[in-house]
Amino acid sequence: MRFVEEFRDAGLGRALAAEILALVQDGRTYKLMEVCGGHTHSIYRYGIDGLLPEAVELVHGPGCPVCVLPMGRVDDGIAIAHEPNVIFTCFGDMMRVPGSHGSLLEAKAEGADVRMVYSPLDALAIARRNPDRDVVFFAIGFETTAPSTALTLKRAKAEGVKNFSCMSNHVTIVPPLRALLDSPGLEIDGFIGPGHVSTVVGARPFEFIPADYGKPFVISGFEPLDVLQSIQMLLVQLTTGRCEVENQYGRVVPWDGNRRALEVMAEVFELRPHFEWRGLGFISQSALKLSDAYAELDAERRYGIPGVRVADPKACQCGEVLKGVIKPWQCKVFGTACTPERPIGTCMVSPEGACAAYYTYGRYTRGREAIA
Amino acid sequence: MSATTREQRILEIVQGTRAKQARFRDRQITTAHGAGGKASQSLIEGLLLPALHNDALAALGDAASVSVNGTALALTTDSYVVRPIRFPGGSIGELAVNGTVNDLAVSGARPLALTLSLVLEEGLPTAELRAEIDAIARAADAAGVQVIAGDTKVVERGHADSMYACTTGLGVVDPRARLSPRGLEPGDRIIVSGRVGEHGMAVMLARDEFALEAEIRSDTRSLWPAADALLEAAGADLHCMRDATRGGVASALNELARASSVAALVREADVPVAPAVAGAAELLGIDPMYIANEGKLVAFVAPASASGALDALRAVPGCEQAAEIGEVLREPPGMVLVDTAFGGRRVMDLLAGDPLPRIC
Repeated sequence: MRFVEEFRDAGLGRALAAEILALVQDGRTYKLMEVCGGHTHSIYRYGIDGLLPEAVELVHGPGCPVCVLPMGRVDDGIAIAHEPNVIFTCFGDMMRVPGSHGSLLEAKAEGADVRMVYSPLDALAIARRNPDRDVVFFAIGFETTAPSTALTLKRAKAEGVKNFSCMSNHVTIVPPLRALLDSPGLEIDGFIGPGHVSTVVGARPFEFIPADYGKPFVISGFEPLDVLQSIQMLLVQLTTGRCEVENQYGRVVPWDGNRRALEVMAEVFELRPHFEWRGLGFISQSALKLSDAYAELDAERRYGIPGVRVADPKACQCGEVLKGVIKPWQCKVFGTACTPERPIGTCMVSPEGACAAYYTYGRYTRGREAIA
Repeated sequence: MSATTREQRILEIVQGTRAKQARFRDRQITTAHGAGGKASQSLIEGLLLPALHNDALAALGDAASVSVNGTALALTTDSYVVRPIRFPGGSIGELAVNGTVNDLAVSGARPLALTLSLVLEEGLPTAELRAEIDAIARAADAAGVQVIAGDTKVVERGHADSMYACTTGLGVVDPRARLSPRGLEPGDRIIVSGRVGEHGMAVMLARDEFALEAEIRSDTRSLWPAADALLEAAGADLHCMRDATRGGVASALNELARASSVAALVREADVPVAPAVAGAAELLGIDPMYIANEGKLVAFVAPASASGALDALRAVPGCEQAAEIGEVLREPPGMVLVDTAFGGRRVMDLLAGDPLPRIC
């Protein structure tokens, strides 16, 4: 695979790992948070953490859209899925997320017509093919996926598709980062910045992090060499005392983002006053709902949804995991009561969730000498 | 206690939980139970095995062995529910023959005969049915088996996707075979009989759900020639074979590592994958190691016979790309590890569920 394999070159990886090792100063530790779940997945998928010196610790952040979804929203989605005549569509990793009375996969087994799609446009196509059914798209994601939802809604409106609507759970990246930085006791030395979100929002929105909080921020790609190079760039900043936003993912991320994507989002969505984040609580202006111009395509206005706030299960420590306060294995129920096959918390469901990534890939990476 | 030791201790507890026989606690059957991952495992070990318990079943081989008047026979059965019923490289009829023949072959049994049950959906065009019956006849001929008994049922429109097929296979265990799912030994070399992931990817793309076009064909074929060559080359040094169907090579390795209480270590860079399959899998975010095959086996061979076995396998038509992809370790028992092409090492676990639709 050209243009992919080049970023997985083991020789270059070893060279970068050696550079990182050389940058580590005696007695100093480096706690770096990868904001994005896609990075968490890459780190475990390629065994990147096994190539890092012990002094460099990676902390998994809140950038996994499935993981931050509160139980109440899942319940709301399931309630719509059970409405008569509805075809409920969502991305595959939403299917197994537990609500307070089961998941969408179970709702499907109970008779709800739940279908997995790979793009919101696929959901719109289902609506066109089934004019006598009501098709609902359960939208999730940060600014990465919000433009494709927005374009789909624009198209549905332009074509006058009446049997299509969207339940927006889109969230924005900056407010949770600010909430995280404001939370007491946070010990993060720097951030591996989210690559895909930045293709849309650009690098500029993150400038407050070095400016106001004194933490370096390197926007990173998702291939293993990208992640290693970003770590190396963060360590260079930390050892030389520089502190700024840098863009490792320049081949994809423009500094000012994607103006057309931002425009279409601004047209279709507006900020919610508040939105609940799993484990992080309510964060103001952190999520997107359909604007009044798109009210008739808004599933939340079309269907009576319970809208009940459901407390997270007591045993679940997803909140602390999302904030990087504890490692997945430090959660009381990790791997025993909470497993990918019977998840309690959302972090155990999505392949981008810190717990699922650690459970599926990560066990035994650190102790490799012991087992080889 | 240091953080590392604490982490290690918790991982041991997790490992202990994982090694226990799976319990079945779900309220209802979901599609995850049919995906060949952990949900399927809990259905089999937690619901079916306790109720039907006997030694032949408990071995959880691809085929059961039964001895009749001193002759060792192998018996297996399988249902085929693939949608769509035709896809590049094959169709449900060929799968129904080859899938069952392969369960016998990897159990070291020469396939003798099949039974065939068909569940047909009202409205199925005769031409489509005839094409599948012809496909069954051709595949049976190629595999050297006869269909010697059968049954047909018809259900109302909407109660089956065109047709379902169920075949039961009878074979005679080859005298050279010393195979067992519990037979893996530390040091064994892991051999795969060709490029992985072709069948599952061919079916997925045939559904037209992704706007992807690629020249990928199902690998459906009889594995008896491959099994025969391995038995001839390695004899008693061939410790186990499994056809890597639903859940792919990764699931086969996990099941066997667990059954034998050993670890399997895979070298990712040595796993043969066709470029088109690798590209499509990359785009869809799927690991080819978890994609179904219908004509690939995984074999475990003692080191002394490994290279001879590999040479013999490569001489079999359809197995030219066979490769040694790793080896069996003593520790950690029941786990599959991967040395990634990038130089890291990670776990390769069973999938919990499976986002992939019906493929066999």
